[in-house]
Amino acid sequence: MTAPPLTVSGLRKRFGSIQAVDGITFHLDAGETYGLLGPNGAGKTTTISMVAGLLSPDSGDITVAGRRMTTTADDAKALIGYVPQDVAIYPDLSARENLMFFARLYGLSATDARRRTDEVLQTIGLADRARERTKQYSGGMKRRLNIGIGLLNRPKLLILDEPTVGVDPQSRNAILESVAQLSREGMAVLYTTHYMEEAERLCDRVGIIDHGKLIAEGSQEQLVSLVGEEDRVTLSATGDIPHAVDTLRSQPWIKQADAANDGAVLVVDGARAHLPAILQEVAAAGVGVRSVEVSEPDLESVFLHLTGRALRD
Amino acid sequence: MRPAFLIAAKDLRERIRDRTAILIAVVVPLVLAFIFSAILGGGSGDTRAIPLGYVDEDGGAVAEDFVQQVLGQVEKSGIATVHSEPSVATATPLVKSGKLTALIVIPPSFTQAVQTGGTASMQVIGNVDSPISAAIAWSIAQGYVAELNRIRIAVLVAAGGNPASLTTDQLNALAAKAASAQAAVVVQDISSERKQLDAKSFYAAGMAVFFVFFSVQFGVTSLLEERNEGTLARLLVAPIDRISILVGKLLTSFTVGVISMGVLVVATSVLFGASWGNPAGVAILVVSAVLSATGITAIIAGFARDAEQAGNMQTVVAVVLGLLGGTFFPVSQAPGILSTLTFIAPQAWFLRGLGDLRGGDLSGVVVPALAMLAFAVVTGAVGVFRLRRVAEV
Repeated sequence: MTAPPLTVSGLRKRFGSIQAVDGITFHLDAGETYGLLGPNGAGKTTTISMVAGLLSPDSGDITVAGRRMTTTADDAKALIGYVPQDVAIYPDLSARENLMFFARLYGLSATDARRRTDEVLQTIGLADRARERTKQYSGGMKRRLNIGIGLLNRPKLLILDEPTVGVDPQSRNAILESVAQLSREGMAVLYTTHYMEEAERLCDRVGIIDHGKLIAEGSQEQLVSLVGEEDRVTLSATGDIPHAVDTLRSQPWIKQADAANDGAVLVVDGARAHLPAILQEVAAAGVGVRSVEVSEPDLESVFLHLTGRALRD
Repeated sequence: MRPAFLIAAKDLRERIRDRTAILIAVVVPLVLAFIFSAILGGGSGDTRAIPLGYVDEDGGAVAEDFVQQVLGQVEKSGIATVHSEPSVATATPLVKSGKLTALIVIPPSFTQAVQTGGTASMQVIGNVDSPISAAIAWSIAQGYVAELNRIRIAVLVAAGGNPASLTTDQLNALAAKAASAQAAVVVQDISSERKQLDAKSFYAAGMAVFFVFFSVQFGVTSLLEERNEGTLARLLVAPIDRISILVGKLLTSFTVGVISMGVLVVATSVLFGASWGNPAGVAILVVSAVLSATGITAIIAGFARDAEQAGNMQTVVAVVLGLLGGTFFPVSQAPGILSTLTFIAPQAWFLRGLGDLRGGDLSGVVVPALAMLAFAVVTGAVGVFRLRRVAEV
């Protein structure tokens, strides 16, 4: 039986007084895209830094395709492709030189490295500008090269740490499409993001992480089912919003109500039926409503349901 | 070691494309060495012959001997061009105008005074703007007078204190014998003339070793840059030993330093005519100096917060050690504790090693090289210990 691309159990890491990762356990199957979803500071990057071999865990175990990171780190690392959150390339080298360098560092011979570099350049669409120094590249091109370096060693497990942060919509779309393609080709992908839409679009399973703990895990459908029939109502409004929110909380069909900067987010049992009542209550509290958005349960709702906070708080 | 070489090769490729590195490692030291040697060492370094005049108002045998034997030798050695002038009246304006930097006047009856035991004297007239030339002329005259006095004393002793009791032939024979006698005591100068670098070589060596303490930082300090840029994380997740990253960076520093100094040794030799000495000895000193500079860079990078802070600290340390080590002006003859403190700087050992190499054989570089290597080992060990923590991210 083939070992799964990644098995993580009981992972813990503390920085001073902060328990950054607190007993996280999960695994990835071959060809699966697994999303670690959580707000900034939840412990996503610390978790994948340990999985990639960048940080040593205080306790717990990481196994990559049967190789334990604690005892056979080099063997395990050789099976991992790592794409850091920020673009990490050498600006005074060309894309080809960047790729050749990392390919050789992963142990490929000069001939194999050259061949693999050509393949990756084709994959990331930089073959025609491969000899230009990367400091002359656009942000999107740099992002593509950043991902390309992670593919050089034909990894069993590709780790992407928020690869779309600060990326324009077009490049973002291209990156997401590339990841989906890699997954279709059978690569296991561990993907961290705080963008719910990305997790919904890409991931076969999602682990929701908060304060260093994995608070829920499963497919999107499984996670959404945790919320039940609850809908999310997002109000954009002006006026005494906290007062309006307090008023709404007294209604039995309001499961949760939170004031936001420019409005409120409500978790409502049967939102469409209760929408007139909601607007009436809000108006009575002296709040002017600019717009109303009703959405079916999604991962955002799940996070709100589980933590009492919005994902982007 | 393969990853270390790959990292060093990558770093070197980046440095070659970074013109700042080439400027600091080669161009600036070369230009400064030229400027310093031109200003402080006499232009291209060629010593111009002093235009020296003499007026022989005596015309006797001793005066003729002085002109032929002493001034003739001086001219032959290239120190001065010697010009015979008809009179003090015509020569003095030439001295004042600078056409002659000094004038030696042999007065009338000089020969007679010497031969009869009377008081003989020579006069030196110098140009006020050329005090060194005047001093040289005075030394030439003084040296001859001292020689005459030595012979006179020898004759006096041989004649039992009464030269009048001897015939002229006897006196001449005694004088000739005294003149040909070898001095009983001689002073051999190896501390200054033989062991001192000429201006061109001194400034070439001084600038080379001064700037190598800047150029080596392009290796080790780039570890901090890579941490900041995120590429260090990429190196750390690669299946390589973490120590090989550090070794690669040290290798880059060492290679940049050796290339920098190597280019400067060759360039200053070819362009300025700097004389570095025995190539094997120079190579030993260069390698030792680069290692000590790499050690310093490692310790600074190990304690610095980031690359910028490391660069600032490196500048301060390089300038202080450079000044203390006498790269701009010699401090070994400085008074007080400074002459001792100079040897805490590897630069001082490097320059001393070159001087010793010039004044002797290859063994002269052993002590300076060992001193620099000890410096490299101590600083390098502390630096590597600290830098291992940097590589933990």
